[in-house]
Formats: sequence, structure tokens, C-alpha cells
Amino acid sequence: MTEDTEQKSPSRLGKWTRRTILASAGLIGGGLAIGTVLAPNRLAMASDDAAEAGEVVLNTWVKITPDNRVVAMVPHSEMGQGANTGLAQMLAEEMNADWSLVSVVEAPVDDAHINSDMARGWVLGEAAWIPGFMYPLIDFGFLKIADGLVNQITGGSASIRLTGWHGIRRAGAAAREMLVAAAAGEWTVDPGDLTVADSTITHAGSGRSGTFGDFAAQAAAFTPSLKPDLKARGDYRIVGTSRPRLDLPGKVDGTAKFGMDVTLLDMRYAAIAFPPVIGEEVVSVDDALALERAGVETVVDLGDAVAVVADSYWTASQAIYDLDIEWTGGLAGLTTAEIFATHQDDLDGKERDVMVEEGDAPGTLDEDAVSAEYTVPYLAHATMEPMNGTAWVRDDLCDIWIGHQDPLRAKKALIDLLGLPPEAITVHNQFMGGGFGRRGRLDFVTYPVRIAQAAGMPVKTIWSREQDMMNDTYRPAVTGRMRGAVSDGRLAAVAHAYIDAETGMPDSEGPFAFQYEVPNLLIERVKCPSPVSVGFWRSVDFTQLAFFNESFMDEMAHSAGADPLDFRLAHTSDPRRRAVLERLKAEAGWSPRPEPGRGMGVALVSSFETVVGQIVDVSVSEDGEVRVNRVTSVADAGLRVNPDACEAQIQGSVIFGLTAALFGQITVENGEVYQQNFPDYEMLRLANAPRQTVYFIDSDHAPGGLGEPGVPPVAPALTNAIFAATGTRIRDLPIEKAGFTAA
Amino acid sequence: MTVTFILNGEPQTVEADPDMPLLWVVREKLGLTGTKFGCGIAACGACTMHVDGVATRTCVLPVGDVEGAEVRTIEGLSDENGLSAVQATWLEMQVPQCGYCQSGMIMAVEALLDENPEPSDDDIDAAITNICRCGTYARIRPAVHAAAKRRRA
Repeated sequence: MTEDTEQKSPSRLGKWTRRTILASAGLIGGGLAIGTVLAPNRLAMASDDAAEAGEVVLNTWVKITPDNRVVAMVPHSEMGQGANTGLAQMLAEEMNADWSLVSVVEAPVDDAHINSDMARGWVLGEAAWIPGFMYPLIDFGFLKIADGLVNQITGGSASIRLTGWHGIRRAGAAAREMLVAAAAGEWTVDPGDLTVADSTITHAGSGRSGTFGDFAAQAAAFTPSLKPDLKARGDYRIVGTSRPRLDLPGKVDGTAKFGMDVTLLDMRYAAIAFPPVIGEEVVSVDDALALERAGVETVVDLGDAVAVVADSYWTASQAIYDLDIEWTGGLAGLTTAEIFATHQDDLDGKERDVMVEEGDAPGTLDEDAVSAEYTVPYLAHATMEPMNGTAWVRDDLCDIWIGHQDPLRAKKALIDLLGLPPEAITVHNQFMGGGFGRRGRLDFVTYPVRIAQAAGMPVKTIWSREQDMMNDTYRPAVTGRMRGAVSDGRLAAVAHAYIDAETGMPDSEGPFAFQYEVPNLLIERVKCPSPVSVGFWRSVDFTQLAFFNESFMDEMAHSAGADPLDFRLAHTSDPRRRAVLERLKAEAGWSPRPEPGRGMGVALVSSFETVVGQIVDVSVSEDGEVRVNRVTSVADAGLRVNPDACEAQIQGSVIFGLTAALFGQITVENGEVYQQNFPDYEMLRLANAPRQTVYFIDSDHAPGGLGEPGVPPVAPALTNAIFAATGTRIRDLPIEKAGFTAA
Repeated sequence: MTVTFILNGEPQTVEADPDMPLLWVVREKLGLTGTKFGCGIAACGACTMHVDGVATRTCVLPVGDVEGAEVRTIEGLSDENGLSAVQATWLEMQVPQCGYCQSGMIMAVEALLDENPEPSDDDIDAAITNICRCGTYARIRPAVHAAAKRRRA
């Protein structure tokens, strides 16, 4: 009934472990619940709670109800990646359930009356050998979820590859075994003689059959198997098929509720003014004019921001301009140029952490070595749904409605902010109108609560697009210095020193790795604080470091006089990566310079256990206007639970990465973020979106991530293509820094 | 002041500042939240509704200007026969990801097809300028063609 497995990360750079605990409980009112608690250290990056416990908990509950429905409560929120449908598929597959009777809800649900004491007794009573650190985890998992505490992050491309593969799959298989055992007991037959299909258990010999619902209550008396019998891939009927996403019907008829759409009785609306200069604080607010405006109810001075509460958002947003706020302090002289100059000083003089050292790169690199320095800018997330939160704070209760990637973290923040016990705070998580890492932050949790608390009524606080863009936690701007040498057409040595901006969060999965074989390699990191608020951005550090590495690999190929794709193949022995490159070469009609003014560039990046290779095909006019004709992607994402949803993620990632490389930069002048809305922070649209083709390689690998791995290769593949077309090497993004524009 | 207009076929009279954009009147005063706020400057298209049949970015459209007009939102697309051809195609081709921009996207496409039942790629590119941050464009162009075909059938 319990399982404690440890598995080393396949990456030599990673050091995280996975542990799964499985337990079950009866449901009040009959029925069965199976729970898994999965604790990967790696995910500790996103939660303060986790930092204290040393672990993060992933909880998944599967309920089988007497009316024969299977409901999975998953800890992941939906921000467009479609993972919840994939999780339902994995569950239905292992149970041999009728797909139409399976649903997924985001925990918590109000009717989850799980008998937590029983569950806890099972785990702790019969498995006293469980390490001590797991105790709070088990308590947390089985007690808190019943109290309505959601807990987990949606990030790190983790839903399917962690929760699904290590959690929900086992829960489903164990549930099936328990249901079969219950039926066998009822009919006094050998469980081995029973078959399960479409949520029905059948005994062929006697012709008897019954549904999961019929046996759910009795099944709860059995113990979940230590190692449930998982299906072989060849037997899959639901996993590996493109089931329509369960969340999409509401997204085509306007009924899906995002955080922005929450409406409470007697709710008011707030607009918010953040300091124009980073780090400023309020000295005084003259709100006389604002309060004269019809509909304005109150002005809240938060010290680090000022909010206007009114009877409509539009009124509040207009009244913000009526305020006369005096600000003080802050980084008034700060510029992005100064930040990049600091990178130079830090790379020259600051102590470096050695991340990888093999052979003797410094000794191999002489004055003839190729040197290249790359920079990437700050980037905003610019989710289509601006940040917002709806809060209602009473004396001893707080409810908040938000779309958050880590509702547990949101709750923890409110426990700290309000000094209330956990049970007094309820986070009602909604669909997210885009996340990309932005919706793991806490500002849109705490500001709405502070405003609602001050106003003494339910308040929906909405960031204007301008406030959203100017007060993001940006993808860090960083700098990388690379040196390398080729000898006899092969890489002889590579040295890389890069700036790693402090995000206050742990590192992602080895993004700095140079993913090609080279005998002498030195990778060094310089940690550097960022005066601009920074955080996770879709695919995290891979977006910056893959640009450095894949651009430099191209420069090395050029230095060796080799074809960039063949050069990559020559330094790759990993069969998955080779297969991706070879498929890419064939499918894209690889030809670096097919005609004057046109070029193709390639990049290959493994991230989040998925390999993605891309070829970008561009045309560049004589005055430097770049048109992206086509992007061809090949991915080995291991087992694809929902192939159509997998394809959608790569398609979207290509647009996300291209948008950034073509247009994206947040700059700071005189302490203020310059870009305020879409004209300043431009997006690809239909007219300039490239044609795309996405291919997947069928592989035996476990499911890899898909929400992020399509992003990192795009930028270097684009600039490598521009180099092929024009001979100009772009080392600083976006491309306008090198005098190019996007068509 | 009082403004009267037709919303999804039903007459509505609202008390509102005539400068208040239609988007906020519909979302907050009339309770239809399917149309979204994205940028506030008519740059992204998330707030697209039909005003007298024309795809219109309503985050900058004063409600005073729609007196007597016929306004249609995403909620008014489907009828007793179910989803519109565009909506059905959007589902069939699994176009949305996060879905936040898709109400506006679908309204823009409906208006295009009302005017031009068989648009070329260039027509589509010129008419559909909405931003989708999830990058669903790769599916939108084929979905517009498929929806056009479904409408003509």
C-alpha cells in the first residue's frame, strides 16, 4: 500500500529524486478514493512551504463514485496546455474505464469528503519505516486536501511527466485491482478470471458483470497494491490518442470562467497605480479629485502602490489619473545599459561557480580561439489576461479568486500576510488566460487582498495592460561569454562563462549544459542580483542559455567550415538527439542557403526530458527585413499521451520563442520600464506567423515535458538562419539590435 | 445617462456614463463575461464584439455611441441549433489553448466570413489581426478555411 521509490535523474547534472506514496480511503456515502503523494525535490523551486519541508507535495486523488463515474482531482491548473485532459486519459487507461465517464477537476472540490484519518492510518500504521521527513508530507497530503487546500505548481512542464507518469497512472492501476478484488470476493471467483473494459468488470465463466460503481464501496476495504500492475504500452487504447480537450467547449462559447470573470455580490472594482520608477514608495497621495468622480468609493494607500476602488473598473481606471501621488526613493538612474555593463564587470571580476569541468579547456584555448559574447534582454510575459485577483476579507476569513500556477504558494502567502490559520483562507483557482511562469508569482495575490481588506468589501483588482507590462517579473536579461576551438574539423574545447540572475528560486534542470560532445569543457556561472524584478518565463533558463550554446555551436561549425547540421551530428552520439537531427534534415529540405537572400538555421535543445530540433527558414530583404517563411520542428517527447495537444504545444512554443527573438525586449530608462502596451512590446500575429510543420519521433521514453521544450531552439535557429542568409551573426536579441526588422 | 441597444437580440437599457466603453458595460453591468479585456487600447482584439455586424474592438468604444445599435457577443453566437460553424470548427480543430483571446478571435472570424464567405489567405491575414499569446495561429488559418466551407455547406 505504500511505495517509496527513488530514481536518479537521467541527467548527470540533475540530482532530484522522486518518491511516490499510494494510499486509499473510503468515501463518505460509499465509493472509493485512491490517493498518490508524489514529492520530487526538483519542484521545491517554486514553493516557500517546500523550502521549509525540503519537499513539495503533488497530490492526486481518484474517486470512483457509486454512480460509476471516475473523477480525478489533480493539483494542476489549466492555463492552456491541456494537461488535465492528458491526466484523465492516463487514469482511464490504467483503469480500463469508459472514457465518457471520466472527468478531471482541479482540487479542491467541495464534495471531496475524504476520510482522512483512515488514509493516514493506513500509511503510517502499516509502514512505520517511512522516513521521518515524509510524515508532515503525508499529513499534508491526506488531511489538508480534505480541508480544501490545493497544493501544487503547474510549471516545469511537469503535469504529465511527473503527476501523470508517477502518480495518476499508479492510482488508476491500483484502483482497478481493488475493484477487481472486490468483484471476485462478491462472486467468489478467481480475480484472474475477471476482465475489465469500459468501467465494467466481467466474469466470462458465469456471465456476471458489474460496474466500477457497483464495487466502489467494497473496493475501499482492500489495500492498494504496493506495485500495481501497469499496462504495457502496446495495450494502450486511450493514451496515445487525440481525445478532444475537456476544457475547450467553454472556451469557444464564452462560458469558461477566468479569474477576470469572477463576479461576486456587491463586488467593487479596483485599479492600481504602481510606482513609475522601480522601487519607489509613496510619500503622499492627494486623492481629492479622484474622490469627486462619480462612482469612486475609496482610495487605498498601500505604501508601495495606490489603488482606487469604484463601482466599475472603468471608473477606477480613470480615477487613477486623478491621483496626485508623490513618490520617493527607487532606482531613479537605472538603465538597462547599466545593467548589461554590470554583467561585464561581474564576468571580469566576480567569483565563478564551476558548473562543469571536463578536460582542460583553458589550456586548450589559445589566442586563436573563437570568442563570442551574447546578450538577451528582459522579457515580459504579457499574458493575454492581465493580472487580476478578486478578494473578500472578513475579520477572520479570506477568500480569493485567481488563476494561479501554484495555489498552495498563494495560500501560504496569505497565511503570512493576514496571520490567519490555513483553514480560514480559501483559494478559488480559475482558468488562467496564459501563465508562462507569470502566474506563479504572488503580487496578484497579495495586492488584491490588501485592497479588499482596506475597502472592507469584495473587490476585483485588475492590472491595466500598462501596469501589467511595467510591473512584471521579467525573464532575466543575461550575458554569456563563450570561447571555443576546432581542430581537424572537430570541437577541441569550449569554455562558457555566463551571468545567472538571482530569481530567488532554485535552478531548473541543467540549462547551462553544452549539449554536444567536446573533450575539453568548462562551464562557469556568475550569480548576479537583478535590480529589475525577475522570475520564471516559459522554459526558464533554457531560453537564454540555449541561445548562447546553439549560436556558438553554429559559430564553431562555421569556423570548421562545416555544415551546421552535419557538425551537430558529428558531435552527437545520443540516439534520441541524432534521430531528431536526421529527421529534421530530411523533413525540412535542409539547405543552409537555398538562394540569395534566403537562409535556413538549425538548433537542437533537450529540456524537460524532451528533445526538440527546429529549422527556421527565412528570407531577408536588402534593407534587413526578415520574413520567417517556415519553421519545421521535430520532437522526441517520449510517449505522447495526447498527440494533438502535444503538437499544439510545439506550435505555440514556436510562436512564443519567435515573438521574443523578433521583437521582445523590456528596457529600463531613468528607472522606468519603457514598454507599456502591445505597440511597444510587439507580438507576432497571423499575417507574419510562419508556416509550421511539427513531427514527432515515436520513442520508448517516458513522457517528456511539452509546455516548454519547443521554445528554446527557436531564437538560435532564427539567428542562425539570418546568418546563413546574410553573413551577419546576431549575438544580441532581439534582432533589431543588429539592424534587422521583422516583416 | 440611459443607453438602449440590442444585445444578442434582446433590447437592453443601461444607466451608464456615456464614455464608459461598451466592453465594461457588457461585462460588469450586463453580466456577460465571455468578451475579454486585453489591452484597453484596441491593439489586441480580445474585446471584439459585433456592432451592427461589424467586428469592433469595444474596449475603446463609448457606450454612448451604440445607442440603438445591434450588438452581438460570443454568448450570442450559438442558438437553438447549437454552436455556430466557426465555433464548431474551432472545437473540431482544437484551436484554443488558454482560450482567453478566442472569444475575440471567433467574433473577428465570424464577421470576416459574413462579409467574405470564401476568403483567401491574404484576406484572412488582413482581417484577423487579433493577438494570441499562446500562438494558436498555426491552427487559425486552416480553421478559418474549414469554417468557411462548413458555412457554405
